[in-house]
Amino acid sequence: MAEPGAWKFDAVDAPEADRMMECIHCGLCLAACPTYRELKLEMDSPRGRIYLMRAVAEGRIPMAEAFIRHMYLCLDCRACESACPSGVSFEHLVEGSRGQIQRRTEGLPGLVQPILRLVLNGLFPHPGRLELLADLLRLYQVSGLQRLVRSLHLIPPALRLGDELLPPNLPRSERRPPGSSLPPAGPPRAVAAFFTGCVANSLLATVTQATVHVLRAGGCRVLVPEQACCGALHIHAGFRDVAKGLARRNIEAFLASGADLIVTNSAGCGAELKEYRYLLREDPAYAEKAEAFSARVRDVSEVVTEFPPEALRPVPERVAYHDPCHLAHAQQIRKQPRELLRRIPGLELLEIENPDWCCGSAGIYNLLQPAMALRLLDKKIDTIAAVRPSLVATGNPGCILQIGYGMRRRGLQARVVHPVELLARACP
Amino acid sequence: MVEARIVRELTALLGPERVVGDPHDLIVYECDGLTLERATPGVVVLPETAEEVARIVKIAHREQLPFVARGAGTGLSGGCLDLGGGIIISMARMDRILEVDFDSRLAMVEPGLVNLWLTNAVSKHGFLYAPDPSSQSACTIGGNVAENSGGPHTLKYGTTTNHVLGLEVVLPDGEIVWLGGRVQDRPGYDLTGVFVGSEGTFGIATKVVVRLLPAPEAVLTMLGVFETMDDAGNTVSQIIREGIVPAALEIMDQLTTQAVEDYIHAGYPRDAGAVLLVELDGPRAGMALQADRITRICRENHAREVRIAKDDEERQKLWKGRKSAFGAYGRITPNFYVMDGVVPRTRLPEILRQIEEIGARHGLRIANVFHAGDGNLHPMVLYDGRIPEQTSRALQCGEEILRACVDLGGALTGEHGIGVEKQNFMPMMFSPADLAAMERLKQVFSPDNLCNPGKIFPNPSHHGETTQRMPGIPGGAWI
Repeated sequence: MAEPGAWKFDAVDAPEADRMMECIHCGLCLAACPTYRELKLEMDSPRGRIYLMRAVAEGRIPMAEAFIRHMYLCLDCRACESACPSGVSFEHLVEGSRGQIQRRTEGLPGLVQPILRLVLNGLFPHPGRLELLADLLRLYQVSGLQRLVRSLHLIPPALRLGDELLPPNLPRSERRPPGSSLPPAGPPRAVAAFFTGCVANSLLATVTQATVHVLRAGGCRVLVPEQACCGALHIHAGFRDVAKGLARRNIEAFLASGADLIVTNSAGCGAELKEYRYLLREDPAYAEKAEAFSARVRDVSEVVTEFPPEALRPVPERVAYHDPCHLAHAQQIRKQPRELLRRIPGLELLEIENPDWCCGSAGIYNLLQPAMALRLLDKKIDTIAAVRPSLVATGNPGCILQIGYGMRRRGLQARVVHPVELLARACP
Repeated sequence: MVEARIVRELTALLGPERVVGDPHDLIVYECDGLTLERATPGVVVLPETAEEVARIVKIAHREQLPFVARGAGTGLSGGCLDLGGGIIISMARMDRILEVDFDSRLAMVEPGLVNLWLTNAVSKHGFLYAPDPSSQSACTIGGNVAENSGGPHTLKYGTTTNHVLGLEVVLPDGEIVWLGGRVQDRPGYDLTGVFVGSEGTFGIATKVVVRLLPAPEAVLTMLGVFETMDDAGNTVSQIIREGIVPAALEIMDQLTTQAVEDYIHAGYPRDAGAVLLVELDGPRAGMALQADRITRICRENHAREVRIAKDDEERQKLWKGRKSAFGAYGRITPNFYVMDGVVPRTRLPEILRQIEEIGARHGLRIANVFHAGDGNLHPMVLYDGRIPEQTSRALQCGEEILRACVDLGGALTGEHGIGVEKQNFMPMMFSPADLAAMERLKQVFSPDNLCNPGKIFPNPSHHGETTQRMPGIPGGAWI
């Protein structure tokens, strides 16, 4: 009897066999992988996952329960890529595999699959719906409803973590009319098109405001083209076609803006925007445009270290810095956020142990795999608590929400902010 | 396959999260860092205590199932493969540092601890764990004990055996014993010395007492650039002859430096015939003088450039380039086969010439990177596994290189172990009587030969029968 599940990758946008061959099976990635460190199972290590992909490609095992589980337990944090001496693009392999799983199998077990589909396809591609949701969530908090349902234990377990992740006192979401153009504070030095990001824009409006402020203070004219979700969450989940549609929309909008730089304050979005060139590599109409687009993408920390605001005021805080995976591993940006923080007078930058170990946020991983996400979060909070900071800084909305929750859960006072928020505080 | 009732018993003992029995999962355990040798295990278990290891071993003993310990699976000789459809006992979850005693300069750790994590844990107190295999960011102390691992700093500090004071061991019958202890000199046989390097055939270590060394006050890294490999090799001999003991002496050939430069941009010259990496460590006083002497020796041997890393960043970069050499080969060849031969240091120029001849005869390129200070070579046979006869030619090259090493008075392996990979080459080095003496020792520890069987000793049926040879992916990332 044939085993159930889909056999072999088909040719459509599959993880590339040649790229799998770049893995020399040395195992240097094992200790870098959060899921391997937790479980110590080689199927849940980068090397093991590539071995499983090869096994699928060779028709040794099907894309069925075990394979799907191991592919989706990966955080896609890309710490393995920093550790890999052979330069394997693990991200492309795991995301390609998930694309095949989504297209060729029934996907994830239970209710997770339909919920994932609803959230990623029904919510994120539609900025209006996201704003509406953010408004509803704010209402949910200020009306006292959140307190009520929490005290009555009315939240289903699957949504409990999502509820806990909401920062208290959500700010109003930032609704800048699309197409706005904000002049620099001083002499113009660059034109930056701002990619606002869904989560930051709807739940962390102060980060959005601070980003615009520091860019302008450093001499950037800030354009805000009409834009779509970056598609990172879709790619992580395996919804590659939806992601490609979003990517094409963004490419058109941002290239038309004529800006020299495309700037984002979200490590997760930035990493994905820089990967559009890979995502659309086989699309004859867009491959070249995607290349041009990705080449212009910068994290805000890169831009403000190149165009720094001058004459900063002291910000007397003890700040612990956490490296977002999609900044440190995906974009190899480690120095710039630290340099940005060090520029601020009076600010003491604290180095935590293993600053580039994943906090467990990883897009919406924390909602899909809460048990693993909380194990990683606990370790992260331990290392933060050990340096006794007054604030925690990190440049990714997912990390801000996740670590914020972790700190509240332990009764720790330090708030979690984006580095640009501190820079904005220092900027007259 | 292991019988279902045994898997059930193991699951009852450890819980489902710590037993891997699904055939779709087990394939990831079918090889280590050397993918030329593969064998799918019957079941994989992940104990967390010595008592659990002992219970598993007793079950294996009762059922007459072979068993083998596995750490991070970074080995390069197939040493942790389960050849008999038995039990892989993964020590990965036993990764704690149980005790650190700076006054006695020792630490007691579990075998699944990652080598580098020990140094990371003690470095802020000014200490380190000296053995530093190039895989140290992933390989485990237990695996290091099994293979008696070395590294670039072996030259000055010795291999793992020089740094292990004592071991708690589960013997192949399930009994838990201590070999050695916390102090250097103990009466009775040196069973710690016997156990370290036994490639997992004498039992399973569950606690390891290791020596910690104070971190050197100063470290200085130099780069000598040479037109020819001979000049670099002669420099190494002269450095040692003049009584200087550097912490490391590493040579890379042109093929290697080019591959590394394309990848890491560490600042190695692309057009040099060979580069020599020298590291000095110790008290700051006198170090500049030593560096001057090494500079002079390099010049006397026609170095065209001698450079001292100006800061820690440059130093780290040079070392990252060196330690990433194997990964970088992935960029210049579809496949490569890592060798691990040893020759007396004075014969380096000679063996390198022979290796070149062997490569030419088989029409394959061979790159070289090696621990020159102790004559430990890592020739890399570059080949393309998609061309059918290239894999067998690469293997043939490997065999001829090792034979040449032995003929020059050297050895089959410096640090990777014999495992399954080189078991049939053992008669090159050892007489039947030598091998019989070793077998008798093994029988003392493992009378029914269940503890990692099928390794080290010649096995005529190997090569294509006990394991499958897989040409698909290259093996091994370092040395």
